[in-house]
Amino acid sequence: MTNHWLGFPLFPEQASSMAGRMDALYFFLVAVSGFFAILIFVLIAVFIVKYRRRDGHMPVPSGHGHMWLELVWTVVPLALTMVMFFWGAKLFFHIYTIPPGAIDVFVVGKQWMWKFQHPEGQREINELHVPVGRPVKLTMISEDVIHDLFVPAFRVKRDVLPGRYTAMWFEATRPGKYRLYCAQYCGTEHSLMTGWVYAMDPVDYQNWLAGGAATEPMHVAGGKLFQQLGCATCHKADNTGRGPTMVGLYGSRVTLKSGEVMLADEDYIRDCITKPNARPLPNYEPIMPTFKGIISEEGLLQLIAYIKSLAVPAAQTRSETK
Amino acid sequence: MDESHAIVAHQFDDAGQQRESALLGMWVFLATEIMFFGGLFAGYTAYRFQYAEGFAAASHHLDMLLGAINTAVLLTSSLTMALAVHSAQVGKKPAHIVGWLILTMLFGCAFLGIKVIEYHDKFVHHLVPGASFAWEGALARQAQMFYYLYFAMTGLHAIHMLAGVAVVLVIAIQAARGRYTPQYHNPLEITGLYWHFVDIVWIFLFPLLYLIA
Amino acid sequence: MTTSEPSLPRENFLNCDYSIRSWLLTTDHKRIGLLFLVSITLFFVLGSAYAGLIRTELLTPRGDVVSPQNYNKLFTMHGLIMVFFFLIPSIPAVLGNFLIPMMIGARDVAFPRLNLASWYVFSIGGVFTIITAVSGGVDTGWTFYTPYSSIYSNTSVMTMAVGVFITGFSSIFTGLNFIVTIHKMRAQGLTWFRLPLFVWAIYATSIIMVLGTPVIAITLSLVGLERLFHIGIFDPALGGDPLLFQHLFWFYSHPAVYIMILPSMGVVSEIIACFSRNRIFGYKVVAFSSLAIAVVGFLVWGHHMFVSGQSAFAGLIFSFLSFLVAIPSAIKVFNWTATLYKGSISYDTPMLYALGFIGLFTIGGLTGLFLATMGMDVHVHDTYFVIAHFHYIMVGGAIMGFMGGMHFWWPKITGRCYPESWGKLSALVIFIGFNLTFFPQFILGYLGMPRRYHTYPAEFQVLNVMSSAGASILGVGYMLPVFYLFWSLRNGPIASANPWLAKGLEWLTPSPPPTDNFEQTPVVTEEAYAYRPEETASG
Ligand code: HEA
Ligand code: HEA
Ligand code: HEC
Ligand code: CUA
Ligand SMILES: [Cu+2]
Repeated sequence: MTNHWLGFPLFPEQASSMAGRMDALYFFLVAVSGFFAILIFVLIAVFIVKYRRRDGHMPVPSGHGHMWLELVWTVVPLALTMVMFFWGAKLFFHIYTIPPGAIDVFVVGKQWMWKFQHPEGQREINELHVPVGRPVKLTMISEDVIHDLFVPAFRVKRDVLPGRYTAMWFEATRPGKYRLYCAQYCGTEHSLMTGWVYAMDPVDYQNWLAGGAATEPMHVAGGKLFQQLGCATCHKADNTGRGPTMVGLYGSRVTLKSGEVMLADEDYIRDCITKPNARPLPNYEPIMPTFKGIISEEGLLQLIAYIKSLAVPAAQTRSETK
Repeated sequence: MDESHAIVAHQFDDAGQQRESALLGMWVFLATEIMFFGGLFAGYTAYRFQYAEGFAAASHHLDMLLGAINTAVLLTSSLTMALAVHSAQVGKKPAHIVGWLILTMLFGCAFLGIKVIEYHDKFVHHLVPGASFAWEGALARQAQMFYYLYFAMTGLHAIHMLAGVAVVLVIAIQAARGRYTPQYHNPLEITGLYWHFVDIVWIFLFPLLYLIA
Repeated sequence: MTTSEPSLPRENFLNCDYSIRSWLLTTDHKRIGLLFLVSITLFFVLGSAYAGLIRTELLTPRGDVVSPQNYNKLFTMHGLIMVFFFLIPSIPAVLGNFLIPMMIGARDVAFPRLNLASWYVFSIGGVFTIITAVSGGVDTGWTFYTPYSSIYSNTSVMTMAVGVFITGFSSIFTGLNFIVTIHKMRAQGLTWFRLPLFVWAIYATSIIMVLGTPVIAITLSLVGLERLFHIGIFDPALGGDPLLFQHLFWFYSHPAVYIMILPSMGVVSEIIACFSRNRIFGYKVVAFSSLAIAVVGFLVWGHHMFVSGQSAFAGLIFSFLSFLVAIPSAIKVFNWTATLYKGSISYDTPMLYALGFIGLFTIGGLTGLFLATMGMDVHVHDTYFVIAHFHYIMVGGAIMGFMGGMHFWWPKITGRCYPESWGKLSALVIFIGFNLTFFPQFILGYLGMPRRYHTYPAEFQVLNVMSSAGASILGVGYMLPVFYLFWSLRNGPIASANPWLAKGLEWLTPSPPPTDNFEQTPVVTEEAYAYRPEETASG
C-alpha cells in the first residue's frame, strides 16, 4: 500500500466519501503552515548568520516599527485563516448534515463496549457491518459516561452523550475492515473500547442481514414493548385515548402548552418517555407516568423505531386536538 | 502628617500611593469575586432557559416577603457601613465609627438569621435537594435543579456575609482603639467596598430566585 | 559574557540572613520567587517521572508495564501536575516575582504578605496533590469531564479537586499583586510605553489569572458537591447537563493556556532584544498583542468542544474567534524575527533557547490552526495530533522560554554565572530530544491514534518508539541544567551587575540585589531597549 513506508503507515487509509475532502483540507493546511514555518526558519537562519556579532560591525537599531510591514503580516495571515475558517466550516456542516435516505443504525455506548442495532433487528457488539456506496446514519446514545465513536479511515467522529442522542453519518467507499475507536476518555478500559467496521458489497451486506438467527425488526420489537408497557392503553391509534396518538408524531411539529413549537425527533420522543410532563401539551392532563429506569436505552430506541414507523409522509400534520 | 507616615509600609513611597494600591487591590479582588459568582450565574442561566416552567413553579415556594425584608435589611446595612466610612473620613470620634459598624454587623446578622429561618423552612418542606427531596406534581426534576442552584448561590452569598461580619468585627475593634483617622483608614474603606459588593450580589440574587414568573 | 573581578560578598537578599525561619517568613519578593522555584522544580520532576512512565508503557502496543487503570492515573497526574503545579506558576511566580518590582524600580510588590500567602496556599494545594499521588492518584484526565469524574470514577477525585481549588487562590493572589504593583508602583519616569515587554506580558497574564481562576474553582466545587451528595447539575441522570461542565471548565482552561504562554513570550522579547542589541521591532504592537490575546482568549473556549454535541452555530463563532486570537501571536513571531534584522547577534545560551522558542512555538501554533478549523478537528480531535500540538507550545514554547529566562537572569538571581558551554549543550540536546519526541505524534494523530490509550494497534509502534527514544534524550537534556546550575551556585564565576550589558532597571543594581533592590530609587529617562551601537563593541 502506498501509505506505508519502511513497513509502517504514515497516512491513514481513505475509505469513505469524506476522506478525500478531509485530506484536501489537510494538505491545504499543511501547505500554509509549511510555508510560514519555513519562511520563519529561513529568515531566522539568515539573520543570525548575517548579523552575528563581530568586531567593528555596528548594529543598526530598528526604528519604532514599520506601519506597512506590520499591516502586511497582519492582513495576510488573517486572510489565510479566513479561508481555513470557511473551508473548515463547510466541511463540518457536510460531515454532520445527514443526507436523506441514509440507512439507520442505532448505537449504544457503555463502559466499555459498543452495541449496534440495525433496523432489521440484527445486533452486534464492537462490530459494525455496513454496505459500501450508501450513506449510513448512526443515532448514538450512552448508558453511562461520555464516549466518542471514531473511525479514522472514514474521517468521522462524534461524542456519544448520556441522556441525549447525537448523530453522524458516513458513506463507505471501499469494502474492507476498518478500526473503530472510543475517542473520549471514559474510564479504566477506554483503550479497549475498540472494534471494527466491516464495509461490504451491497450484495454481501444483504446476505449478511439475511443470515444468522432470525431477528425481529426493531419497530416490531418496539411495537411489542408499546403493548407490554401499557403505552397503548393511553395512546390509541385513533386518538381516543387519554394521551395523544403516536400516529404521525415523528417528524411533526408539536405545539406545547407554553406555545413553543418543537420538532418531534428522536430526542423529543425520548424526553417524553423519560421525563413525561416536562413539556406539557395543551388539552391533556399531565398523567403519564415516568418510564425512567424501566426501559433500557435499547428499549427506548425500539420504541422510537416503532413510533417512527407510524410516521406519515411529510406535510400531513397530526391534528393536535382530541 | 508625621503620624500617618509611621504606618506607610516600606514598599510604598507615601501614604497616597499606599491608599491607592489598597483600593485598586480591593477592586481587582472584587473582579475575581464577580467571576466566582459568575460560574453559578452561568449555570443558572443555562437551566433557567431549559427548565423555565419548573423554575417558575419552584420559585413560588420561596417566601417573597422574607426575601424582600432581607433585601431591605441588607440595603440598610450598606447605608450604615457607608456612614461608618464617612465618620472616619471626617474625623468623628472612634465611638461614632464603632457605633455604625456595630449596626452594620447587627443588620448582617439579622440577614443571616432570616436566611436560617428560610433554610429551615425548606428543610421542613423537603425542598432540600437530595434523597429526601419531595415535590408533589410535575417537574420534580426541574424543581430540584432550582433548589440546588438556590442553595448553592445563596449559600455562597451567606458565606461571604459571614466573612464580612467577621471582618467588620476586627475593624470595629481597631476603630475602638482609635486607629482610623481622616489620614489613614484604608482597611475600613476597603471593607466597605467589600460589604457593598456582597450587598449588590444579593440585589441580583433576589429577583433571579424569588421573582420568577 | 563579561565577569568583573570577584568582589567580596556584600550584604544582599541572599546572605542577609541564613536561618530557615527567615526564608519561611520572608516577605521579600525575591526570596518568595526562589521559594516558588524550589516548589515548582519538585513538581516538574514529579510530572516528568509520570511522563517517563507514560513513554515507557507506550514502547509496546500491548499494555505490559502498568495496568489500564494505573496508566489512566499516570496521564491524569502528569497533566494536572504539569499544568497546575508547574507551568502556570512557573514564570509568573518565579521570574515574575523576582523581576517585576525590579523592572519597574520598586522596592517590593504592593502586598508582600499576600505574596507570601500565595506561596503557602500553593504549598497546601501541593500537599493535597502529593496526598492524592500517594493515595493512588486520580483517573479522570486533567479535564475532569463529568459525569465520569462526578459519579463514576472511584479514585481520589475529591482530594485532587481540593488541591487544584486551593492552588487557584495562589494564582489569584499573584495576579492581583502584579496588577496593583504595575499600576501603582512604577518608578518616576517609567510610563506604560517605557515598560519592558516582560512587564506587559505579566500584566496581561495577571488579568487572566484574576478573571479566569475563580471559574475553575466554582466549577470544581460543583463537581465536588455532585460527587459527595449525588445531587448536582452536570450528570444527566440527575437532570443536569454534562456539556455545561465542559463549558465552565474550558472557560477557564483555554485562557489558562495563555497564562502559560504569555509570560514566556515576555521573556523571549527581553532575550531577543538583549542578544541582538536591538529595540524590539514594533514595541507597541507587541505590547498590545499580549492584551489582545488575554481578552479574546476568553471567548474561544468552545473550540475544545466541536464534536461534543454543542450547537454547530456556537462552534462557528468559537472557530472564528480562535483564528482571530491567533493573529496577535503571528504578529509577535514576525516582530521578533524582524528584531534580528541588522542587529548584532550573539549565540549565548538564553538566545539559543529564545530562538528555539520561536521555532517550536510557530509549529505548535500553526497546528493549533488545524484544530481551530472545524472540519479538520473532527478527524484529529482527541488524537495524538492534539497531544503534539500542545506539547509543542507548552514544552517547546513555554518551557523553552522559562529555561531561557532562568539562564538569562541566573547571574542576577544568584550572583554567579553558569558554565556557558554546558548551557549551549543542554539547549541543543533539549531541542533535538523534543522534536524526536513530539514530531512523530503529529503523524500518529493523523493516522488516528486516540489519546489516553494504554494499548494501541501494532502498526503504530515504530512511531511510538521514536517518541519514547526522544523522551529519554529530552529527559537527559532537562537533567543537565539541574546539575550545572546547582553546581554554579558554589563554583560559578562571580557575576557583575550587568554581565550581558543588557538594558532594564534590574541590571542597574548589584547581583544579587540588596533586599530593597536599589541603593537609590531609579529615575527613568528613556524607553526600553535603548541599545546603543557603540556599547556593543566586543561581546
Ligand atoms: C500554552 C498552551 C497553548 C497555546 C498557547 C495554544 C494556542 C492555540 N491553540 Fe491549543 N491547546 C492547548 C494548549 C495551547 N494552545 C492544550 C493543552 C490543548 C488540549 C487540551 C486537552 O484537551 O487536554 C489545546 C487544544 C486546542 C484545541 C482543541 C483541540 C481538540 O481537542 O480537538 C484547539 C482548537 O481550536 C486549539 C487551538 C489553538 C490555537 C488556534 C492557538 C493559537 O493561539 C496559536 C497561535 C499561534 C500561531 C498561529 C503561530 C505563529 C504564527 C505564525 C508563524 C504566522 C503564520 C500565521 C498564520 C497563517 C495565522 N488548541
Ligand atoms: C506543562 C505541561 C506539560 C509538560 C512539560 C509535559 C511534558 C511531557 N509530556 Fe505531557 N501532557 C500534558 C502536559 C505536559 N506534558 C498534558 C496537559 C497532558 C494531557 C493529560 C490528559 O490527557 O489528561 C499530557 C499528556 C501526555 C501524553 C499523552 C498521554 C495519553 O494521552 O495517553 C504523553 C505521551 O507521550 C506525554 C508525554 C510528555 C513527555 C515525554 C514530556 C517531556 O517533556 C517530559 C521530559 C521528561 C522526561 C522524559 C522524564 C525524565 C526521565 C525519566 C523519568 C527516565 C525514564 C524515561 C524514559 C524511559 C523515556 N504527555
Ligand atoms: C397513563 C396514561 C399514559 C401512559 C401509560 C403512557 N402515556 Fe404517553 N402520554 C400521556 C399523556 C396524557 C401525554 C400528554 C403529555 C403531557 O401533556 O404531559 C403523553 C405524551 C406522550 C408523548 C408525547 C406525544 C406528543 O404528541 O408530543 C409520547 C412520545 C408518549 N407519551 C409516549 C409514551 C410511551 C412510549 C409510553 C409507554 C412506554 C407511554 N407514553 C405511556 C399518557 C400516557
Ligand atoms: Cu468509551 Cu472511551
Ligand atoms: Cu483552547
